[in-house]
Amino acid sequence: MRPGPGGCCCRRAPRANGCVANGEVRNGYVRSGAAASQIHHVTQNGGLYKRPFNEAFEETPMLVAVLTYVGYGVLTLFGYLRDFLRHWRIEKCHHATEREEQKDFVSLYQDFENFYTRNLYMRIRDNWNRPICSVPGARVDIMERESHDYNWSFRYTGNIIKDVINMGSYNYLGFARNTGSCQEAAAKVLEEYGVGVCSTRQEIGNLDKHEELEKLVARFLGVEAAMAYGMGFATNSMNIPALVGKGCLILSDELNHASLVLGARLSGATIRIFKHNNMQSLEKLLKDAIVYGQPRTRRPWKKILILVEGIYSMEGSIVRLPEVIALKKKYKAYLYLDEAHSIGALGPTGRGVVEYFGLDPEDVDVMMGTFTKSFGAAGGYIGGKKELIDYLRTHSHSAVYATSLSPPVVEQIITSMKCIMGQDGTNLGRECVQQLAENTQYFRRRLKEMGFIIYGNEDSPVVPLMLYMPAKIGAFGREMLKRNIGVVVVGFPATPIIESRARFCLSAAHTKEILDTALKEIDEVGDLLQLKYSRRRLVPLLDRPFDETTYEETED
Amino acid sequence: MNHTHRRYGHQMLKNNVHLDLEDRLAKFMKTEEAIIYSYGFATIASAIPAYSKRGDIVFVDRAACFAIQKGLQASRSDLKLFKHNDMADLERLLKEQEIEDQKNPRKARVTRRFIVVEGLYMNTGTICPLPELVKLKYKYKARIFLEESLSFGVLGEHGRGVTEHYGISIDDIDLISANMENSLASIGGFCCGRSFVIDHQRLSGQGYCFSASLPPLLAAAAIEALNIMEENPDYQMHVFRLGIFAVLKEKCRQIHKALQGISGLKVVGESLSPAFHLQLEESTGSREQDVKLLQEIVDHCMNRSIALTQARYLEKEEKCLPPPSIRVVVTVEQTEEELERAASTIKEVAQAVLL
Repeated sequence: MRPGPGGCCCRRAPRANGCVANGEVRNGYVRSGAAASQIHHVTQNGGLYKRPFNEAFEETPMLVAVLTYVGYGVLTLFGYLRDFLRHWRIEKCHHATEREEQKDFVSLYQDFENFYTRNLYMRIRDNWNRPICSVPGARVDIMERESHDYNWSFRYTGNIIKDVINMGSYNYLGFARNTGSCQEAAAKVLEEYGVGVCSTRQEIGNLDKHEELEKLVARFLGVEAAMAYGMGFATNSMNIPALVGKGCLILSDELNHASLVLGARLSGATIRIFKHNNMQSLEKLLKDAIVYGQPRTRRPWKKILILVEGIYSMEGSIVRLPEVIALKKKYKAYLYLDEAHSIGALGPTGRGVVEYFGLDPEDVDVMMGTFTKSFGAAGGYIGGKKELIDYLRTHSHSAVYATSLSPPVVEQIITSMKCIMGQDGTNLGRECVQQLAENTQYFRRRLKEMGFIIYGNEDSPVVPLMLYMPAKIGAFGREMLKRNIGVVVVGFPATPIIESRARFCLSAAHTKEILDTALKEIDEVGDLLQLKYSRRRLVPLLDRPFDETTYEETED
Repeated sequence: MNHTHRRYGHQMLKNNVHLDLEDRLAKFMKTEEAIIYSYGFATIASAIPAYSKRGDIVFVDRAACFAIQKGLQASRSDLKLFKHNDMADLERLLKEQEIEDQKNPRKARVTRRFIVVEGLYMNTGTICPLPELVKLKYKYKARIFLEESLSFGVLGEHGRGVTEHYGISIDDIDLISANMENSLASIGGFCCGRSFVIDHQRLSGQGYCFSASLPPLLAAAAIEALNIMEENPDYQMHVFRLGIFAVLKEKCRQIHKALQGISGLKVVGESLSPAFHLQLEESTGSREQDVKLLQEIVDHCMNRSIALTQARYLEKEEKCLPPPSIRVVVTVEQTEEELERAASTIKEVAQAVLL
């Protein structure tokens, strides 16, 4: 029976993850050749997914890949040439140098370390670190700057580019505002409590506001208790070491954020990496961990912790949470879910990726997230069982050594969270969440129709648009700014070297008019720069044939 | 500051409030450049691994704070701990390293050396002997990273920290890192130094690149605090009108003197440190007991309207765990009468509990 384009109806029962022996369905995706326009990859996995999971990563066209490598090759050659000229003082050397008195010290940087910065990054540096001077809502004001020495130094012209459409801020629910109830509440708390706390949570920096916030966060997430921290990055890097240590195993996704990687390294546990969002890879690692135990002694691992993120912000992909939870339960591992981008942005009421899949928050052992993106504030939180949070209150590095959240920031989080939950008496929260979902669907659909290669899940508000070639990174950023649209472009080393991209972050604050304007300009620039690479060959997510996963063990 | 809050809200990517703050800090500290982090702990913990990598050697004081320890752990460099403030010990270690270098000159040419110290140590309240350190720096060719969280805004005639206190040129120190959570009463941290050193962190400081930036409200608060520091307003002290830093120094000295001679407790820390420790003169033998005793003192003081706290540590994680102590912190806003009352209350409570 041939599987139709809409579903998987095979005579044979699917194996784990929907893998079927006949090879036509792999990981629950229907590999369809001809019907390119109507591909909907529906995962049927014994009913684990209650909704369609549509994720696609179109393959890089061969010609584009070759040209990208050629581009980098040319840049590297020119880089060597310029270095040579600078060394022999034929060309003026703009970058800062070591002090005369310290010239005989061992040099602080290796020459090659900065090769990329000097010769590639510098050329298009004006696309990053653009100073803004207004609240980063749907529109933002950018300070204009110019450079007379090819980006080595900038000078502010004094002009301000007003009302640039902001497609780069993590403002998913539109709470980056300077008017409204959040702002008023925060201003009042500012008057009452001041700004600084000047102490740690365990010493004398535990305010009643913090306790109020933590109770609210626990209610919001549907967990027993929660704890809030001053910085999202630090939440990961300071709590993972408190949870796992030597003799434990961490299974971390390939594309995890730097904070998760740092936290895992600092903990001293053994780290093994599984392929991005690849459940077979994860299962194999789990199996081997249970069967073989610790590397030399063969003793069982004390703990196995799986580190995943809700939305991966560079790929726009959403974690396959139902499968991860099924695996976790089967092999008795623990799950650490980093919802930095997905909290507030996914799910019918904005409760994150757990609600998006209709799962039980109690299945996730450690729910971590940040307040920076959807709540318009700063800081991070961890939610889970009461025992876990009590343990973290005494053992987290942040609670003992790092300053607690600033009171006006806490108030901002409380007000925005209450708004999302609908507790402030308005429908504003629900509307924002719905608006974001609509914006996401619309924007992605239109971009795909135009012919761009867009990565990621259809429901993810982070939209990476592939650029590939190094010159196009700079060109895209500049052209969009000329047309009054601010975008974020990303290249190496945040992404693999040939997969540079522009990343759009959608917001509930974007109205349809704003999106249409933006889409029109993107269309124009796409034609100008020849960015419409898509051949509409939407290949299934895991095109790589299932192979023996080789994992790298890093023991620190 | 409320005005800034109204202008910018909370969430931030990059904004000219940040540029302003970086500018002001660089000018205040008289360095070329400064870089802002959104969290004090993350500042030194990201700065160290940006420069020191696997295979490099770091000489660090035993009493270094936890943030430095985490930074060093993340850097994977070889650590050599020297006894607290003991320059002879440090020189011995440096000499040993020199002998090692002579055995393997090729490796020595690519191994960077760093000395990481704090201006005023959080764990002991003592000041680091910076002039000797600078001498050792040039003799053994190691770079100095100075952590000034406690000494920024405290030491020196204008509050520029331990370099001003000793009269050392700031260019001799490769990197100064401080958090804005103590003297500036905001949130966040900064590093300052020459552009050659600081600029590197903009692309390789983990806490800078992979993290959201400081909410503009907090940056503006820091700028205001800097304004006050630069203005150096006069405070009435006895019959004199002195600048804010001089007054703080006086008050520190006063409380130090007043807390001497309590039977059972000793003051640990120098008289010019506004944050110092009160430790038990004789430990009971078990750390838990000590902690309990100190907590009793703290609780009784709290009942008498003196807010104190015990210094908290993660006992299993610290490299060199300091003994249990009460952390006493002075601020310039407290009047002399209040300080006297506090000192006498602590004396009474300590005598009652420890006898």
